[in-house]
Amino acid sequence: MSGQGKLELVCPAGTPAAFRAAIDAGAHTVYCGFNDETNARNFPGLNFSRAEMTESIKFAHRRGGKTLIAVNTFPRAGDLALWTNAVDDAARLGADAVILADIGLLDYASRRHPSLRLHLSVQAAAANADAIAFYARSFGVKRVVLPRVLTVQEIAAINRAIAVETEVFIFGGLCVMAEGRCSLSSYATGKSPNMNGACSPASHVDYHEEDGELVSRLGGFAIHRVAAGQAAPYPTLCKGCFQAGAYRGHVFEDPVSLDAASLIPQLAEAGVTALKIEGRQRSRAYTEAVVRSFRRALDAQAAGKPIPASELRGLTEGQQTTSGAYRKTWR
Amino acid sequence: MGQKTLTLTLGPLQFNWSAEVFADFYARVADEAPVDRVVIGESVCSKRTPFYRDQIPAAIERLKRGGKSVVLASLALVTLERERRAARDLFKQTEHEVEIDDLTLMNWTRPEIPFAIGPLVNVYNEATLAFLAKCGAQRFCLPPELPFASVEVLAAAAAKYGASVEVWAYGRMPLAVSGRCYHARAHGLSKDSCLFVCAQDPDGLAVRTLDGADFLAINGVQTLSHKYCNLIRDVDQLAQAGVTGLRLSPHSGDFVAVARAFAEVAAKRIAPDEGFALLRQAVPEADFSNGFLFGACGAAPLVSA
Repeated sequence: MSGQGKLELVCPAGTPAAFRAAIDAGAHTVYCGFNDETNARNFPGLNFSRAEMTESIKFAHRRGGKTLIAVNTFPRAGDLALWTNAVDDAARLGADAVILADIGLLDYASRRHPSLRLHLSVQAAAANADAIAFYARSFGVKRVVLPRVLTVQEIAAINRAIAVETEVFIFGGLCVMAEGRCSLSSYATGKSPNMNGACSPASHVDYHEEDGELVSRLGGFAIHRVAAGQAAPYPTLCKGCFQAGAYRGHVFEDPVSLDAASLIPQLAEAGVTALKIEGRQRSRAYTEAVVRSFRRALDAQAAGKPIPASELRGLTEGQQTTSGAYRKTWR
Repeated sequence: MGQKTLTLTLGPLQFNWSAEVFADFYARVADEAPVDRVVIGESVCSKRTPFYRDQIPAAIERLKRGGKSVVLASLALVTLERERRAARDLFKQTEHEVEIDDLTLMNWTRPEIPFAIGPLVNVYNEATLAFLAKCGAQRFCLPPELPFASVEVLAAAAAKYGASVEVWAYGRMPLAVSGRCYHARAHGLSKDSCLFVCAQDPDGLAVRTLDGADFLAINGVQTLSHKYCNLIRDVDQLAQAGVTGLRLSPHSGDFVAVARAFAEVAAKRIAPDEGFALLRQAVPEADFSNGFLFGACGAAPLVSA
């Protein structure tokens, strides 16, 4: 699907306060999850009780905003009720859509709640027009969040070939693996994004000084070693420093985050419907600043004006960024 | 009547071996390895296919003469146009079963061509298994990440649909797939100009932590575990749970010895510990684990049943 007008800004919220801040800062749509294993940002102290979700959806609706509820982990065998209840509650509370990844859950939602709008989570890693057609035909999926393995040209080709909307990540944390198809965290810690909604969980992190160096470990594996006194980065597995043959360094990815703001015009041209900001685990202040800035960028884009670069630079201060797979050279 | 034993499936070769080594490997499997099914073809990187494509028909012929059923493998991450076409073409032939490793292929299934779901498709629960079984999937090789409790539930669910369940029983476990080639990156190259450096590492390139601990192995766009999954001592427990097949993933070295050890244990001709000793002998350098099924994490040391 391509050729629509204004880009929709889809923003994260890990708390009701961040939710309200995102709407106030100009988010068209907010995505969030229940406070359990059913969503892929299952961190302590984060996410929404049923009561908080009810209030948040009402708040968004009063301001003309939409709420998407992510139920995007893969239900545990023999324990489906936790996930089907989440879908039932999302429908009951008036969510504008649910974001799902699991085929069984998509099947359930499409049969039980035929009027509930379904979005395909990035965790389903539908990376081409044929995979997307399968989900659209089988479950009536209306929008697909594309995996971060595609170039802008590939995204444009997909949009020409499909009849549903696409949403792409524009800013925030960056998975370097096809999402939903990575069990690196599970290998090192037993906890995985797919099964538990957690990658490189804090419960398995250890910082230790050894021989004048600060070592950060995940599940006992050294992920970073820095000189004592330096700040040790959080040991996210795929951003770690390792030795592979003669290569010593960031084998998978440098400790960068995604910033594809400069590609907004090209993504619009490629027929994308919505731009998504990662970071449900981030603070309310961060959410507010990022959303405000991207809303201004999208308004400029919609008005045919150049995107104000200074708006976006401040948000990535002190941090390296990449436009990831959107440019072919990343591969 | 003999006791029904587990089916042994040889998974698709994950690594970039030369055409000669590829041909020799499958010839030896055809003639000597006691496996029932062989999944053959590229599942990791479509750039590798041209090097050995010409060897595949002869390998298939020989495998069939050796009494194996042949299953065609499919690519794990389909993004390019030619990859989409190749995926579609797998269902244009009518001779062989197809193993689906990306749901892209669910578009092209046809009632007359049997298909299996491979370990890289996310089948985590009975609802997903049921949906795919109703679409015609006859066999599921479960994701290696699943704990034993899930395997039990899924095996019971599959039985309801007349489908069978296989588990990843031997070899380095696929942990992730990416748009980026890590072999190329480690050599200062990019995927589009990779010089096929992955061919230098017949079992993957070791990734060690900065304190020298073995951790992972990279194989082009794929990341594998350092440890070799080894469920030879868990065969009884798996069979009791309703698992009907074991997947052995190809590695360099004496793979026929590996297959024989599993076949002997599966047929109860030797004890699990004896089989384990044979594997130890066949691949002395491998670090074994059954952690995803029985331990605290995938890298956990072997747990005795």
